Amino acid sequence: MPPALRTLAQHRLFWPAVTLVLVLVVNATFNTGFWQLQWRDGHLYGSLIDILNRAAPLAVVALGMTLVIATRGIDISVGAVVAIAAATAALLIGGDLVVKNGVQSYVSRTPMGLAIVAALAVSALCGLWNGLLVAKVGMQPIIATLILMVAGRGVAQLITNGQIITVYYAPYFFIGNGFLLGLPFAVFIAAAVWLALHLLMTRTALGLFIQAIGINPAAARLAGLPERLITVCVYVFCGFAAGVAGLIVSSNVKSADGNNAGLLLELDAILAVTLGGTLLTGGRFSLAGSVLGALIIQTLTSTIYSIGVPPEINLVVKAAVVFVVMLLQSAEFRAALGVWVRRRAPDGVTP
Amino acid sequence: MVRATGEAQIVLEARGLTRAFTGVVALRDVDFALRVGEVHAVMGQNGAGKSTLIKVLTGVYPPDRGELRLNGEVIAPASPAAAQRLGISTVYQEVNLCPNLSVAENIFAGRYPRRSAAGLWRIHWARMNADARTLLARLHLDIDVTRLLSSYSVAVQQMVAIARALSVSARVLVLDEPTSSLDEEEVRRLFEVVRRLRDEGMAILFVTHFLDQMYAVSDRITVLRNGERVGEYLKDELPPAALIRAMVGRELGAAAARQRQDAAVPAAKEAPALQASGFGRRGTLHPVDVSLRRGEVVGVGGLLGSGRTELARLLFALERHDSGELRLAGHPVQLTNPVQAIRHRMAMCPEDRKVEGIVGELSLRENLVLALQARLGLRRFLRPGKQAEIAQRFVQLLGIKAADLDAPIARLSGGNQQKAVLGRWLATEPEILILDEPTRGIDVAAKQEVMNEILQLARQGLAVLFISSEMDEVVRVSDRIVVLRDRRKVGELPGDSSEQAVFHLIAAGT
Repeated sequence: MPPALRTLAQHRLFWPAVTLVLVLVVNATFNTGFWQLQWRDGHLYGSLIDILNRAAPLAVVALGMTLVIATRGIDISVGAVVAIAAATAALLIGGDLVVKNGVQSYVSRTPMGLAIVAALAVSALCGLWNGLLVAKVGMQPIIATLILMVAGRGVAQLITNGQIITVYYAPYFFIGNGFLLGLPFAVFIAAAVWLALHLLMTRTALGLFIQAIGINPAAARLAGLPERLITVCVYVFCGFAAGVAGLIVSSNVKSADGNNAGLLLELDAILAVTLGGTLLTGGRFSLAGSVLGALIIQTLTSTIYSIGVPPEINLVVKAAVVFVVMLLQSAEFRAALGVWVRRRAPDGVTP
Repeated sequence: MVRATGEAQIVLEARGLTRAFTGVVALRDVDFALRVGEVHAVMGQNGAGKSTLIKVLTGVYPPDRGELRLNGEVIAPASPAAAQRLGISTVYQEVNLCPNLSVAENIFAGRYPRRSAAGLWRIHWARMNADARTLLARLHLDIDVTRLLSSYSVAVQQMVAIARALSVSARVLVLDEPTSSLDEEEVRRLFEVVRRLRDEGMAILFVTHFLDQMYAVSDRITVLRNGERVGEYLKDELPPAALIRAMVGRELGAAAARQRQDAAVPAAKEAPALQASGFGRRGTLHPVDVSLRRGEVVGVGGLLGSGRTELARLLFALERHDSGELRLAGHPVQLTNPVQAIRHRMAMCPEDRKVEGIVGELSLRENLVLALQARLGLRRFLRPGKQAEIAQRFVQLLGIKAADLDAPIARLSGGNQQKAVLGRWLATEPEILILDEPTRGIDVAAKQEVMNEILQLARQGLAVLFISSEMDEVVRVSDRIVVLRDRRKVGELPGDSSEQAVFHLIAAGT
């Protein structure tokens, strides 16, 4: 291997990127026209754009999850928080199409800005609850967030009164369906969240602190890091990110379903983080890796639909593919595979 | 290395062992021979290659070059289990048994005796327990083998680990720092067992940091330095001074003793940098009075469990005190967490550097700037370039040996890690430095360097609280010695007191 290539292969994003390319190529072989992009009505259309758009909420949640996992934690309540945020926004906006003097206009129950702020505030509050349970009460993160995972669905149901609330307010649809500069608006949201975090990590000491806490919390505390405060903030941000995803999701489907919004999203988010090369044991993390992970998962989902896997077994297929992807990303497995291939090689060479 | 005739037969022999880790050579062309019926000590500073040698001998790592022979036959154990099957058993520094299993289960874990086919191969508990008892009797240990391992002291657990090693009919027994958590009586009992096994013909490889223990039990010494073998000696050929010379490769600088006399004389009029009065916590430390002046090293003398570490943790607000008051430079303060202590320019090197000191996967650079960055806060971020600059300064100042500032600190030797933890605090420019066992687990030369560094710092005006379980170190560097016993202060001695005086006070104190 030439040295330049070796350096490239050792980059922590190398394997996630290779995986994404592989999944894209597989998709393209089953789906002619996969690479095609069309310019229509000032918007870009195509399978790639579709994947970007659908991966956006997952990427946002995965970014929040990355920080939590980096502190040795985990947040399995994000799916429920997505439902709560969606329900809050949908309830406050409601909306109606009013015709006055022959002019059609949409009227929301409360101003849309307020509804959005309220939904995000409620999500951050959910994160605060998780963070306090973990950092102040000292509960195991998986148990602490399990509470909200279960109870959160109930809260969302309470907000929507057990109904699916439909939103009739066109401006709100822009979040999940709108286009900006030809690209889906949700992509810009995800990019903005990533950029904000990236700047926080490279322009402030937050990245160093989070890693130190994840690797050795006792040493971090003794070195004078506000370990509990940072842990709480990380969970608050994770809740907030889930809220953002909730807005995108509810805007996209123009409704809020307490039962099904963001269902199992926590698992996809954890998977995305793991695929992106961040270890569940905490410490070193990669934001860009988690975004790649989210793209891998969404591409995989699209592939499964586009090659016509029957819906009843698509989760099994997805699980199998994820299993293989995880194996390929493990350096130990690749080393073992290499040894096995080399050992087998002499048999195959004999003429 | 042919010696006098009548030499015992060589059981385990290594020739030309070489092993490198990512470019760093840990062992270079090392020969080693272990004979029947001897206790053979491997000595060397941290980073000399002791652990690597043991790991190669016991199958943890394969050597890059060189060969191993057991009774003359070439072996290449691929794992510790494989080495054990060949008859090379290892008892590690930290007892690695299962505390939640019984003593007998631990001894036979993975090899439980089974009943016959008629008995459906069920575990033969009665036989297992009886065999365990027989094995332990060989070590003169009579305990209930059906009780959980965790119900026994570390010393007994150590014996159980040895019994486990014997149960696979070991011919070679490797003891890696077996005494680090034992008290004197326990060490004596362990050594009795070691001698008995030796007399039965077992070949024993013994690694320790404690010179006196090594001299008490070994017959032969192999000295390593910088990954190379310095030589193999009979114990009587190598008095301590010569041993240290062999390990260090030079004469140790004249002991730090008396150097403190050049230290800045504390200005008596000035308020003490730290003054704790009636300072304590119920169940942790009876109220004590301690004061620290600028330019002064105050040693804390006391045995394990005397409250030394507790005093350090209370002062640094890792735990809250519930009685007394603390004054810093004359002003009363209420510290509720380490962040506040640090804001008052306090710093503390914790007792256990692995648990509370280093952040293993972060680089040396990041470890060195961590406390400084914590004090600067989130927003005044030191960019990597600036971090490297600061790190470089402390690497030079403290003589930290590291090839790469960006490599994880966990890869450095213990002494260098300890210096890095010290450097982390010096970077915050503290005025009060609390050192809890700063020399634990590091080699003789590094100890000396750390102590010299402490005296140097005091000379520059720092107030230092020095805690060590090695009393000779305490009397050597301290201007005053606070003596603790049973979680209370029993007195204070001037710095030029002898070790005997400190022990006398501990013994007399009530």
